[in-house]
Amino acid sequence: MNFDKELDARGLSCPLPILKTKKSLADMTSGQVLKVVSTDCGSVKDMQAFASQTGNTLVSQTEENKEYIFFMQKK
Amino acid sequence: MKKMAIIATKGTLDMAYPPFILGSTAAALGYEVQIFFTFYGLQLLRKDLSDVKISPLANPAMPMPVPMPVFVQMLPGMETMATMMMKDKLKKKGVASLEELRSLCLEADVKFVACQMTVDLFDFEKSDFIDNVEYGGAATFLEFAGDTDICLFV
Repeated sequence: MNFDKELDARGLSCPLPILKTKKSLADMTSGQVLKVVSTDCGSVKDMQAFASQTGNTLVSQTEENKEYIFFMQKK
Repeated sequence: MKKMAIIATKGTLDMAYPPFILGSTAAALGYEVQIFFTFYGLQLLRKDLSDVKISPLANPAMPMPVPMPVFVQMLPGMETMATMMMKDKLKKKGVASLEELRSLCLEADVKFVACQMTVDLFDFEKSDFIDNVEYGGAATFLEFAGDTDICLFV
């Protein structure tokens, strides 16, 4: 999947992946896609909750070798 | 805009986390957030957070590397050691430090209010606290809290 920016949140625990996602999205324009890679299994549920509360779209989420990859499209 | 108010009354390392974690995250989710620091919670507003510690004493739920009788927990230096071990563990697990979470709160415009009455009670100096603090009392807190979606006492 194409993306405009990547955030490496590996090794970070709650709430840092969410806070850093929010920060990364802040410098992006509407419609752009942010790729986030996290190793925190709690972030799976949290990214969904973040998307539903902020109006950004969680386009996809996948797991690969205990890494969680999210594509978040800015509102 | 949704709003959240938190009262932070504890000054130990473990109890310092919930207000800053929830405050910073709520702000990231678009909430307007205010944290009211009172009694021992005021310690969390100090420029230097190195006095914020954790104690195994009277905390039987704290997981210990080895079982430790209460009379051993009372020995001098145990609190400092427990705090060092906990901070080390937090770092290894990728948990943000209190300083980092507190700055993230401030960056996200979380408002910090210190309870003037307890500042006076404990003879705290305002110069010991970080700059971005407002001072007020119960009525100040209730004015904001009365109109919130989430209100927590920590």
